Formats: sequence, C-alpha cells, structure tokens
Amino acid sequence: MGTNTAAVAGKKTFGQWLKSRKGQQTVIIIAFIIIPLLLLFTFTYLPFAEMVKFSFYKMKYVGARKFVGLDNYRALFARKDIVSSLKLCLYYMVGALIQIALALYLATILSMKVKASGLFKGLIFFPYLINGIAIGFIFKFFYTRGFVFDTVLQWCGFQLDSLPYWLKDQSINNWSLVGSSVWRYCGQQMVLFIGAIMSVDDTLYEAADLDGANKFQQFKYIILPSIKTIVTLNIILSITGSLSAFEAPFVITDGANGTGTFFVVMNTIAHTNQKVGLASAMAVFLLCIIFICTILQKLFFKFAFRNMHADDESRSAKKKRVKAAAAQPAAAVKGGR
Amino acid sequence: MAAQANAVKVKKHYSAKFIIWTVCKYLSLIFVSFCAVIPLVSCVITAFKTDAEYKSTNVMTMPQSWFNIGNFLKAFQKADMGLAFMNSAIILAVVLIGSIIIGTQLAYVLDRFKFPGNGLIRNLFTFAALLPAIAMQVAVYEIMVNLNFVNTLYGYIIMMMGTDVISIYIFIQYFENLPVSLDESAIIDGASYFTIYSKILLPLLKPAIVTAIILKGANTYNEYYCAQLYLQDKARLRTVATSLYTFTGPLGNQYNMICAGVIISLLPALILFVVCQKQIYSGIAAGAVKG
Repeated sequence: MGTNTAAVAGKKTFGQWLKSRKGQQTVIIIAFIIIPLLLLFTFTYLPFAEMVKFSFYKMKYVGARKFVGLDNYRALFARKDIVSSLKLCLYYMVGALIQIALALYLATILSMKVKASGLFKGLIFFPYLINGIAIGFIFKFFYTRGFVFDTVLQWCGFQLDSLPYWLKDQSINNWSLVGSSVWRYCGQQMVLFIGAIMSVDDTLYEAADLDGANKFQQFKYIILPSIKTIVTLNIILSITGSLSAFEAPFVITDGANGTGTFFVVMNTIAHTNQKVGLASAMAVFLLCIIFICTILQKLFFKFAFRNMHADDESRSAKKKRVKAAAAQPAAAVKGGR
Repeated sequence: MAAQANAVKVKKHYSAKFIIWTVCKYLSLIFVSFCAVIPLVSCVITAFKTDAEYKSTNVMTMPQSWFNIGNFLKAFQKADMGLAFMNSAIILAVVLIGSIIIGTQLAYVLDRFKFPGNGLIRNLFTFAALLPAIAMQVAVYEIMVNLNFVNTLYGYIIMMMGTDVISIYIFIQYFENLPVSLDESAIIDGASYFTIYSKILLPLLKPAIVTAIILKGANTYNEYYCAQLYLQDKARLRTVATSLYTFTGPLGNQYNMICAGVIISLLPALILFVVCQKQIYSGIAAGAVKG
C-alpha cells in the first residue's frame, strides 16, 4: 500500500500519462504500426523462417515430416533438371544487357527534341501493363508456326521452311522467351532512364549546344555521367533478375522443351510434386545468391562512387544519394524477368 | 567573302550530318515501335475474324469486317468474365483502400516520430522487398493453409495488402517534403496526432496517393501467380487475369476467341494508361514500381 502510493506520487498516473503528449505519441505509434508489422511478419518473415526450416526436411504441405539434414541441398547439385535450369540464366543475363542498352538508346533519343515522342514512348511502354497470362497467350500465338512472327519474317524475304519452330527448337526457344521478356520490360526501363536523364539540369544541354557539342558528345559527357549510378545499378540487378527469371517460361512454355528456369523448376517441385523441402532449399539457395549480390552492390557503390562529385556535393547529400541508390533493388529486383 | 563561303560550307556539312542522324533516329524509333505493337496488332486483327475466316486466311490479313464482335461475346461468356471483373473490382477496391490507409499511417509514424526501433522497422521493410515473391510463396502457401485463407477472397486480399512495401517508400519520401511546422502549429491549436494525420497531412498527400493507387492498382489487377495459387476455385473466385486460363486445354487453338479474351482483359489497363500516362511515368521514374 505504502509503496504503491509512493509510486503514484513519484510518477504520473497511467491516465495522466495517456493524456500527455508523450503518451499520445506512444499510442499513435503503436496504433499505426501494429497492423503493417503484423502483416509483414505473417507474410514475409514467418514464411522466411519456415522456409529455412523446411529446407532441412523431407516433407509435403500436409502429412509427416522427416528431418534429413543437408540432403535437400545435396540434391540441388545432383539433380540434372536443377543444374541445367541454372545455366539458363545466362540467356536472360544477355537479354537483360541488350535490354539495358536498347532502353538507354531509346531514352536518350526520346529525351531530346523528337516529334510524337509521347506516342513512341507510349507504344514502347504499354506492354509493361499487360497481365502475365495475356502475355503468355500473345506470345504462344506470336511464335506459332506460320503465324505472326513467321509472317513478318516472310515479308522480309525469309522462306518458311528455313525458319525454326520458335518455341520447340531447343537451340532457339530460350532466345524466343528472352525476346518476349525484353519486349515486355524494355519500355519500363526506358521510362526509368528517361526519368534519370530529365533530372539533369536543362542549362547543361543549352550550354553544350552553344559550345557546339554534338549529340554523341552530349550523351557521353552530360547524360552518361549523370545516369551512371542508375545504369550500373540496373546492370548489377540484371544478375539477380536473370537468376530469378520466371514469367516468360512459366506463361509461354510452362518450362517445356528445356526452357524451365530455376524458379519454374522450383514452382513445379513445390506445387505440383509437393516436394516442399527440396523447393525450400532451392529458394534458400537463390536468396543467398541475391544477398551476396546485394552486399556486393552496396560495397561497389560505397567505393566506386566515393570520389565522384566530391567537389560539388556535401557528404550528407552524397550519402543520401547512395542510400537511395541502394534502396533501389527493392524496385527492380521484383521485376521478375 | 571567302570567310562567308566557308561558314556556309560548315553549316551545310553540319546539316547533312544532322539529316542523317534525324533519319536514323526516326527509323530506329519506328522500328522499335513496330516491334512493340506487332504482337498486339496481330491479336486485334485475329479477334475480329470468324472461325471460317481464321482457318482460311493468314493471321496478318485484315478481317472482312471490323464489326464482327462475336468472338468478344463468346470469350466473355466462356471465361465468365462478368464474374471475373466483379471479383477483380472487389479485390482492387479493398486492397487499394487498405494499403493506402496502412501505408500512409506507417509512413506518418516513421517520418514524424523518433522512437526506438524506427530504423529497424525501415530496414525490415527494405529487406523484405529483396525477397523474390515467387520463392516466398513456397512457404507462404503453408501459412495460407494454416490460416484457412486458401480459396477465400478475403485471404487473398489480406495477403496482397501485406506484401506491398514499395508504396510506403513513396509516402515516406512525400512526408519528408511536408514541413513539420504544419504539425507544430496544429499541436499548438490542440489537435490530436490522429487529427493531424487525417485532417492536415492526408489531404496534402493526394499526389502520392494517386501515384500509389495507379501503380498498385495495375499490379493488383495484373497479378496472376498468387491468384492461381490461392484462388483455386475458379468457378467462384476467378479474377480477370486467371479467367484467361479457361482458354488452355481443348480451347487452346481457337486463337480468334483467345485473342478477343486477351483484349478484353487488357482494356482496363489500356484505359488507365491513356488517362494516367503522366502519373505512371513519374511513378516508375521514382523507382516506385514493383512488377
């Protein structure tokens, strides 16, 4: 009793505390944060932890589970389908680099004075807004023997007999899929680059024009340095992006005829074969690679851009910019190329 | 005189180069645009062909009549797209309202208050964005099963709200640009924190909210992977994207009908794009899009 009153006298009562600014702050912080955090844990961190756990078990979604240690990880490198699926990422990496170059070229042109630039931009960008399953049908149709792509090539003078089966022929079908992926995401990347180019001070171009710099010089000395960060970032991201390539093979060929990428194989193993342990091990393996890439990327930006803009940029501003660049993977990794 | 002639010569030389450059520029733009539209144009052409016409003509020959909408009606019916549009509309409305409320509230608290764990929470969200969604579904599936969320619209909606972290960044960025003096003067007037958030800051956040709605809306409307995984009861729970699965299997080579279905499914995206082009571009340029 005595101690209780002493405590009350020493502190404010809970009711008083609640009415104070500090108390109100605490209430609003908790009220506004609890739902998003709960969702984040339920749908991201809990499954993440479960996945790591699953990778050590032989299990289905329902039924008995058996602890098998590292067996799933060993199987990862022993199974032919998984190992060969990893090699496919090279196709997508090349595709991603071509896409970056093309997007950069288009962005440079479209940020100069061009007639009907809005129309061009719109036409090239729109594929990004089409849903994945529609993309699947569009390209199954597009690549079917004697259909759209073959017809267009025949217009250009090719003979139908000399053309391969774009989705069946194993020497070409992965390139067909990469092509559809470039078709879909190039416009988005172009818009991203245009945004970066537009953030360059206009007076720089005017000054360059007055000094008689040609377009290529303008590109090399004004545009490229100012978008170096975002281009480098996109190149690094194309590594993780190509490892996690999924959509094109999933919706167009369903991984048939040697087009199954790592994630397509993982998806089949998890949801069709119900080998959840093995699929989890695959997911964990890929996540590790993504983390390594992210860390390398952070280190790269820390050192490569350490001395850039040293003259005209305060340290804090630079830190902020690098931080913003580092936060970018969030945006692009999920492109799910 | 000589100097003048020289000057003219230089100018002419420049313009010849300029003309070549301009021609190349436009040719390359036209070529890329052609590549961008040809898969879609071929779909539009095919969608207007009757069955007999589709079988007898090349895919790139124009249809006899641009008013033959039979395929569209058939596709709409076969894929039960009326139901699909209704489900998609419900999902869109709830997911958008929910994630805007959650996102702005979280961004408000993270930007305006210093408290232990603020940085940690930001990092947790950043890290979460690194995890590829498809890999995560291997384990999320088990959680959805345990929560009895599989084959329910609300389960799918809650999951879709929970996995969006990117719009939070748009909001935080925007909050940073709203002066704190707004909050301070409201506090002097005796407003509660909730009033400050809802009556003062939220209305000012409108441009960011519009951007988030458009980008998140497009992503939600186009989402198909989780939809086919968690909304397996297609008779009841088809969305516009998954309704297109009707055309696989025995219907898989009636491309005139399939193309019509595909076009119906992408019309909302096309309309959104035509109306909100500027916001979409600026949203993407802000690095704020999750594909």
